Amino acid sequence: MAEFLGNIPFLTIIYLMPLCAVIALFFIPGTNHKAVKVVSLVFSVLSFIMSLLLFISYDYKKGGLQFVEHFDWIPAIGVNYFMGVNGINVALVLLTGIIITAGILASWDLNYRPKEFFILLLMLTTGVYGVFMTYNLFLFFLFYEIAVLPMYLLIGIWGTGDKEYAAMKLTLYLLVGSALILAGLLGIYFATGLHTFDFDKIEQFAFDPTFQKIFFPILFVGFGILAALWPFHTWSPDGHASAPTAVSMLHAGVLMKLGAYGCLIIPVWLFPIGAKFWLPVVAVMTLVNIVYGSIGAVKQTDLKYIVAYSSVSHMGVVLLGIAGMNDVAFSGAVFQMVSHGIMTGLFFGLIGMTYGRTHTRDIHKMHGLAKVMPVLAVFFAMTGLCSLGLPGLSGFVAELTTFVGVYKTFPVWTIIAVISIVVTAFYVLRVVQIVFLGPLDAEYKDLKDAKFTEIASLSILMFFIVLFGVYPFYIMELIHGSVLPIAAKIGGM
Amino acid sequence: MTITLAHYVVLSALLFAIGIIGILTRRNAIGILMSLELLFNAAAINMVAFSKYLTPSEIYGDIFTIFIIAIAAAESVLGLAIILAMFRKRETVNADEMNIMKY
Amino acid sequence: MEQLNVLGLAIPALPLLAFLLITAITAKKKMLSAVLSISCIFASFLISVYLLILQLKAGHGASYEFSFPWLFLGDVKMSLGILINPLTTVMLIVVTTVSMLVQIYSIGYMKGDYAFSRFFSYISLFSFSMLGIVVANNLIQMYIFWELVGLCSYLLIGFWWFKPEAAEASKKAFIVTRFGDFGFLVGILILSYITGTFNFAEIQAQINAGLISPGLLTVIALLLFSGAVGKSAQFPLHVWLPDAMEGPTPVSALIHAATMVAAGVFMVARLFGIFSASPHAMLVIAYLGGFTAIFAATIALTQNDIKRVLAFSTLSQLGYMMLAMGIGGYTSGMFHLTTHAFFKALLFLGAGSVIHAVHTNDIQLMGGLHKKMPITSITFLIASLSIAGIFPLSGFWSKDEILVNIMESGHMGLYYVAAATAFLTAFYMFRLYLMTFTGKPRDAHAYEHAHESPLTMTVPLMILAVLSIVTGFAGIPGKEQSFYNFLFFGAHPHETHFNMGVALSSSAIAVSGIALALLMYAFGLIKPEAVKNASGPLYKLSYNKYYIDEIYMFFIKNGFFVIASAVKWFDRHVVDGAVNLVAFLCRWAGSKLRLTVNGGVQSYALIIFGGLVFIAAVFAVWNPDALKLLGGR
Repeated sequence: MAEFLGNIPFLTIIYLMPLCAVIALFFIPGTNHKAVKVVSLVFSVLSFIMSLLLFISYDYKKGGLQFVEHFDWIPAIGVNYFMGVNGINVALVLLTGIIITAGILASWDLNYRPKEFFILLLMLTTGVYGVFMTYNLFLFFLFYEIAVLPMYLLIGIWGTGDKEYAAMKLTLYLLVGSALILAGLLGIYFATGLHTFDFDKIEQFAFDPTFQKIFFPILFVGFGILAALWPFHTWSPDGHASAPTAVSMLHAGVLMKLGAYGCLIIPVWLFPIGAKFWLPVVAVMTLVNIVYGSIGAVKQTDLKYIVAYSSVSHMGVVLLGIAGMNDVAFSGAVFQMVSHGIMTGLFFGLIGMTYGRTHTRDIHKMHGLAKVMPVLAVFFAMTGLCSLGLPGLSGFVAELTTFVGVYKTFPVWTIIAVISIVVTAFYVLRVVQIVFLGPLDAEYKDLKDAKFTEIASLSILMFFIVLFGVYPFYIMELIHGSVLPIAAKIGGM
Repeated sequence: MTITLAHYVVLSALLFAIGIIGILTRRNAIGILMSLELLFNAAAINMVAFSKYLTPSEIYGDIFTIFIIAIAAAESVLGLAIILAMFRKRETVNADEMNIMKY
Repeated sequence: MEQLNVLGLAIPALPLLAFLLITAITAKKKMLSAVLSISCIFASFLISVYLLILQLKAGHGASYEFSFPWLFLGDVKMSLGILINPLTTVMLIVVTTVSMLVQIYSIGYMKGDYAFSRFFSYISLFSFSMLGIVVANNLIQMYIFWELVGLCSYLLIGFWWFKPEAAEASKKAFIVTRFGDFGFLVGILILSYITGTFNFAEIQAQINAGLISPGLLTVIALLLFSGAVGKSAQFPLHVWLPDAMEGPTPVSALIHAATMVAAGVFMVARLFGIFSASPHAMLVIAYLGGFTAIFAATIALTQNDIKRVLAFSTLSQLGYMMLAMGIGGYTSGMFHLTTHAFFKALLFLGAGSVIHAVHTNDIQLMGGLHKKMPITSITFLIASLSIAGIFPLSGFWSKDEILVNIMESGHMGLYYVAAATAFLTAFYMFRLYLMTFTGKPRDAHAYEHAHESPLTMTVPLMILAVLSIVTGFAGIPGKEQSFYNFLFFGAHPHETHFNMGVALSSSAIAVSGIALALLMYAFGLIKPEAVKNASGPLYKLSYNKYYIDEIYMFFIKNGFFVIASAVKWFDRHVVDGAVNLVAFLCRWAGSKLRLTVNGGVQSYALIIFGGLVFIAAVFAVWNPDALKLLGGR
């Protein structure tokens, strides 16, 4: 299978799928909502199926970069069209496929300028796919910007609440990150003197230790901003709270992972000495992320704020795993990216659906909703259980692996991080109890339960949470094989 | 006394200085425009002089000068047209009163 | 051996199958769900019995184990597997028996409930999880199923989720046990880091080889034990168990009396190698167990909710088991777990039968029910006698052995605590029995409607009553074929001998406890009201459970919530405030700087020219060679 697929530009096709949808959408009148949605869905499902194929056909025993496409593009400055995937990428590409499909299904009821909405959404997806597939740093940055920028319009136009403020804040924050990244990437380009942006060649280059120590924080913070690294996380609660459902899903589900992925691939992989030097500091910051994020969620009353702070906490686990500096911790971090991506997609999807019915996100204004929307309640409870690390769901595997790995490097801090499982249980169950359990508020007695598209959206996500929770063996082999070189490089320092 | 490159440069510098002072101090917009012409001419003299002394076999400087003259003419036309328009609207050519290009 | 793999896996897998089938297919067909669930657990039960017989034939040393990979990451290998040894088989029998009987009982008890099928699916899920703990051969699997039983407990306590108390209680149960699980997980992390494995046998081998320093071992043991403290509701994490009584009564019987709460004791037994290697940890376990035993017993004296009395009694008995474990009474602790599972399940199911009849939990509204529901009453009496430790019921044998063990260990303080607990136990159990079943009906209406429960409910009661009587005979000290020669830790069974002194004194204590209860509640020679008034604040203290809940709530409200609010404030105003400050500064600087853009073309020109001159000057000073360009010099 792999040989057969090796002959066609598989990766290009995957990331062009959403772009094809964008082009197709240009030719559909914006008034035909149905057609717009169907076209978007069809193409995203196609990309999802192909990412599944990719997931299955990646040969994890062989490891390394596969499905490579390499063409010269601007040879003068070493910008090449260089696509390829390793196990980490495969997992994240699959995540993207899952989330975009679920996201489009979840915004099936969107009726305000859907054409423009889906065009932007799919553009963003193209960017995300691209980042997860390319191994040329120039292309990486290009895709990264494509992924980040549509967010401004998506929140600014389709958002709720103080949306202009949130959109502006988020965009400025991410652009600060981009600026740091650009500076870092240019620094890398000139420091190597190889006149190439190709990652594989740069990776072979031994950077000067001082250079590493200076550029590691620049790049790590640059990417960390997008991964909600404390104290650069405050865009996340405001941004999520204002964003429309599908955008929240994509943003928390995939975009934040771009940041964490960038952290792992560029600063940590390229600068092992810098990483050794700075990661203890990073570990403390991520520890703050984890504990502070979860405690911050306790007293929130807006559902989206709760989940946003919970995301800060869970992304802290990812970053802590990256700071763990060994193969197990890295695997845990990457798996947590996937797991948290799906889980938070579910969370935001569910909140969007609940909000669409009750028109409030204040938990103190909703009680006993399980009575009228049992399906949503079950999904919400399961997602909450995943978030608090219940075995059988993917969150547990991710956190367990991360903790086991990080313990080898930072035992005491790991123990402090484990406290978050108690706090998470506290706020998650509190929300479930207040919003879904107990007697029903009379004003909500006519609400309808989830519709077909909504259930489809939620089921896709839940399926993978359970699958990865019960049977993590395959995906973990995939990831572990691909983080080994990174760990080996750091371990060798 | 032979005339060296330095003489031309000094001349050009003087012209340029006069032009700058004119631009910065004249109240009348027409005067500013005229001072601007001095700047062009200072530049043009520099061009020709350097061309003559440093690369006598080439005529790049001369060509540049011709370009400068042409552009100066076009620029004067535009400038005068704007001033004319301003005068029609505002009944003044005083530069201090032309401050609509602000915050 | 292939056969054992399949059988071992089938035991937990069958209830899982039932859970999946009920959830996916038979949710609408109530009876089918029940039958499915019960037949699956019955099959598990049969296999367990078969394994027990095999194990009995093979004798103590025989243990069988196999694993398959679940998650391999380089040298960190997490597997799932099964371990069949005497401890496993005993626990399997206990769990499957009680689970099966409770499920049969539930057909009657849950009849007419709108979520009948859901109930059985949850119970099946619970059985799966609990059996998963029992057969686990490594820490990871144990932790996984440990959490899953916690989930089932959460789901089943909150089974009637529309009741605010049930929703609150389920949340409380989950979070409080999570505290313990935190320690458990940390213990697992440390242990696996040191030993490089999660497997019980491999860990044991390393401990035997003395590879782990004693200090660290104590820390690990205590951390692991904190998991047991949470799950087995030992002080100070006991607060969730009484509230857990909001769940349906069969659930209380199965999960919160017989099996899940005993998982903590089971865990200590399973990891006895770790604990016994650390005398300090053992001491902590013993004293905490002893304290919980008497602490809970004193609370049980004054409670009026039939299920809460039983809940505190469970706490107390679990403390007893922990106490036994702590002084090294591995076998006696497990034996007490077994007997307790049967008689406590019986008590709860009996209580359920009563509640089913009178629709109240308050014993002050009951009385005289013996006439109306004789089967329930008699079985309840048997269980009460058993828990009080009356010869020759099962409780007598197991409790006595614990007392003998304590005495042999030389911790006389603990012995007196245990004896006092036995006295209190006898008293409050008979207070409960007498107030419920004898005397005059205190609430005519409830009494009128009371009736004996249907057969589906009474048959399990009778079976459990028989079990409560006969189980004890398996553990008569000194016998050749006894529990003690089957299940023990180390190379040789613990020497058991019948200690007549202990037996007589404990019987005397039990009888005097019962006698006191009779005097107060049957013959009315001592007025309960008078005792209540005489004891004054002590009574209040006991009635209000020593205000532990209130103290916790105080700390949560004034500690945790304050911190959370502070973090919320800090995040909004300091961290985000800094961000907004940057934005504000940009805006402010812009508003000032724009004043320089005054519209005067000449001032622009001046700035441009001045800037040019400045740059040229800097350039000239910085690089004087540039001046050479002018004259070629």
